[in-house]
Amino acid sequence: MTLTAALAAPPPLALPARAVPDPARAAAEATAAVLADFTGGRHRGVIVDSPPGAGKSTLVVTAARAIADAGEPLMIVAQTNEQVDDLIVRIAAADPRIAVGRLSARGHTPSPRVAALDGVTISHAVDDLAGCAIVVGTADKWAYTKAARFPWAIVDEAYQMRSDKLLPIATLFDRALFVGDPGQLDPFSTVGVDRWAGLSWDPMQSAVAVLARHNPDLPVHRLPVSWRLPASAAPLVSQAFYPDTPFRSGTAAGDRRLELAAGRPDAADRTLDEAAATGWALHELPARHTVRTDAEAVRACARLAARLLARRPVAYDEHGSHPIGPDRVAIGCAHKDQVAAIRAACAAEGVPDGVTVDTANRLQGREYDVTIVLHPLSGRRDATAFHLEAGRLCVLTSRHRHACVVVARAGIPELLDAHPSTGGVHLGVPVKFPDGWEANHAVLDHLARHRVPAVPDGPGR
Amino acid sequence: MSVLAAFARARAVREGRAQPIATVRHLHLSPRPMVFIPLRLAGEAAAPLGAMLGTDPAEPHLLVVPQPRDRDQRFAFVAELAAIMLPYLERYAKDVETVEAKTPYERSLDAPQILVPNPRGIAFTRLLGRSCRFRRADGPYPVHPSVPVLGQWLTFLADRAEFPGSSLLVAMTEALAAHWATGQSRVEDGNLAALVGWIAPPDGMTGPEAAAAAEDMVWSPPAGPDTAPEFDAEVLAPAIRTYEATGSVAQVRDAVRSQLEPTWRVMWRAVELLRGLPEARGVPGRWERDRAEFTREAIRIAEGGPPRGRHDSAVGAAVRLSAMERAQQAFEAQRALDDPMVMVEHRLEGRAFAGEVVAVELERRIVPPGRTRAVNRPLVTVVTADPVRLAPGDVLISPARPRQHCEVVEVRRGTVVLQVNDGMGRGARPAPGSVPEVGEIVCYADLDPGDGPGFPFPSREETPWTHGGPPAEYVPTDEDAMEDWS
Repeated sequence: MTLTAALAAPPPLALPARAVPDPARAAAEATAAVLADFTGGRHRGVIVDSPPGAGKSTLVVTAARAIADAGEPLMIVAQTNEQVDDLIVRIAAADPRIAVGRLSARGHTPSPRVAALDGVTISHAVDDLAGCAIVVGTADKWAYTKAARFPWAIVDEAYQMRSDKLLPIATLFDRALFVGDPGQLDPFSTVGVDRWAGLSWDPMQSAVAVLARHNPDLPVHRLPVSWRLPASAAPLVSQAFYPDTPFRSGTAAGDRRLELAAGRPDAADRTLDEAAATGWALHELPARHTVRTDAEAVRACARLAARLLARRPVAYDEHGSHPIGPDRVAIGCAHKDQVAAIRAACAAEGVPDGVTVDTANRLQGREYDVTIVLHPLSGRRDATAFHLEAGRLCVLTSRHRHACVVVARAGIPELLDAHPSTGGVHLGVPVKFPDGWEANHAVLDHLARHRVPAVPDGPGR
Repeated sequence: MSVLAAFARARAVREGRAQPIATVRHLHLSPRPMVFIPLRLAGEAAAPLGAMLGTDPAEPHLLVVPQPRDRDQRFAFVAELAAIMLPYLERYAKDVETVEAKTPYERSLDAPQILVPNPRGIAFTRLLGRSCRFRRADGPYPVHPSVPVLGQWLTFLADRAEFPGSSLLVAMTEALAAHWATGQSRVEDGNLAALVGWIAPPDGMTGPEAAAAAEDMVWSPPAGPDTAPEFDAEVLAPAIRTYEATGSVAQVRDAVRSQLEPTWRVMWRAVELLRGLPEARGVPGRWERDRAEFTREAIRIAEGGPPRGRHDSAVGAAVRLSAMERAQQAFEAQRALDDPMVMVEHRLEGRAFAGEVVAVELERRIVPPGRTRAVNRPLVTVVTADPVRLAPGDVLISPARPRQHCEVVEVRRGTVVLQVNDGMGRGARPAPGSVPEVGEIVCYADLDPGDGPGFPFPSREETPWTHGGPPAEYVPTDEDAMEDWS
């Protein structure tokens, strides 16, 4: 495989302004090494593990531009239509001259942000996109594409892609870059069978897991710096969820600051003060077994969001400062019925429109200034594998640039101790780190230092 | 556990009797099912100790392995089992119809149904099939020719049992628990006699009393495949020793019979209970699928097809998982559409709602995005007291019009506006009756029976490098007979 000289020297990387030189250099070196391995053509696949906010999208865009500049066709596989649109917008912003094709399902209505771009062609047939340097589509759509062949491919969010989705796609490309975050939620199935447990091609595993087991010699790179997580969060998230592949924050302590207008002397405002001062807060309700949509916890989440925005928060970071609007705040939880309950509570508490309320699954890959998290184990009588999954807590506690507030009932450490993780053990299944039970303990242990006891109060107060 | 299931369980405790959680029977029940109760030797994966089976409650067949560790006896047992089970299975393969489709195929008019007491009975069936299907009538350690054939059938039945909504091989505890909620835990529901005790306690007893009695292992032995440890130590071990010393099977036979007969009676009692429920609308459609799969396997085996591999290939696993997920989705949707009691669970979750139509804009025509001609898209406004958790753009279906798709346009407190997208005929105006009328009580749910085409997986030969490339074909060898555990 020969490729033009353009690929040998990757384009200079745009480094964040005011970045501490050391992490910036580490990140730039990691990216250059990825590009050299990928475009060097010696490997059929290159895997890149990216912790939360480590510049994964920037890497994808950089790699895509390098290949497009060399005049070689490239296909990009994303997992959702929203991710496809995100990538197209970012590629167009990085270089508007690149002809980008969007492979869409028949009857797909283009989002306004993609429709507004000049250089983007949208079609349901890959033949119509033959003139495009880069063709982007979801894994589901690519699966129905036959008889196309690309020398290069990038598979984004590859850890969230189930390995069976890769089967029909892998025949479309010669070489691929697999990019994703191993710490987030594993793909899942609506049927629970362990029929394939231990097989190297178990379709319930992620695409990367299957790829790596069949091709153990593929290079694996790691992005070493999180630009999103503040200095208060990166060590905890790294230690709890990425025990073997540590990363650091791109900013130092003191680079990020959150300012709130004066508050009231109640639990909600004290919680927000703690979060603003330290980056973390645990808003702890009294121990109690509750239904999943625990009314008091749900109301606490909504009230915290309402109070946060009412106190005119301003974020100071390495780029300057900006007021935090509703679109920079998210409330995360584990279940869809909790989402619905919190949304209803937000309306009742007068939370401004625009605050995101969603499940961990849907918050993957997103970024906010402040997040409020309803702890998955809050009020539960048992700790199931679903609620213990490390990826779920990792997603919820790694979406923020400034501060994360966790709402929980007291007694979760005792609940964990009463339910040690005892999942079935199958021959041939690689042991997975981190263990969700241990990760949960690590996070709670840290949160205990930022605990604000809350006495639940009625809606009137 | 859903809110409704929790409520039903709480009520069962208060009433002292299991409470129905379904109004119709969601599984097919053959007019002539075969009840199969296998027992195995403790500590062994698939060493049969005995079995009771048959289609007539009054005439069970009892099979016994006097020395379960003796592999010759083990496969002699399987041959005896095959002599009873194969004629039952193969009888149904004879009468077939040809189904007109793109590629016409044959489907038997009816299919066999095997009922085992619990999911472990299915797991044992799978293991027994696994240990038999690779054996051969020639070569080292030959077995009776019927052994590998039965092994293939047991493998097929256990494989089908993993598909939601399939009724070829059914675990009785699962079938009952899908229709009744007891006042005990799900783990306790795994005891067939206790579960039946809750649902239909004997005269003069409450559900909890009947369940407690059923937990006495002497009065009510476990439904297998594992036996009670006390029985193993005090009854079975001396009986096997007697057989070893004297060659007389009688004592083992009586011991095994004593453990099987009570469960045999409970199984047929459970069949009666299920028969008391009317069949759900979706059952014949799902049974059709079972009949087609049964016929396909019957043809494959009759043509001397090789046993299924030890493991699924990468493509095989992906195809199977996809089919199982589609079956699961269809089963979940059909159950709710067929049964208002199941629908209530979705209504409580906010994924479905019921209410009265208060306004219909029948004449509405719009040009949908990406199209050029105006089409009928009537609006229907429904008032409901349900806690609706749906968003604009969600596509809903209704039990009254299961083939029609409606899109949520607006959700306000207690009011939902729907746009009817299809199922209105080809005329310029919607066909009469195809759109709900003002005053009609309707129910809509965010459910999808998923009848679209399956996912396009490559062929086995095209398995890509990411999944290890094309797998080697299975070729039977003499080694198959030498596996440690077969």
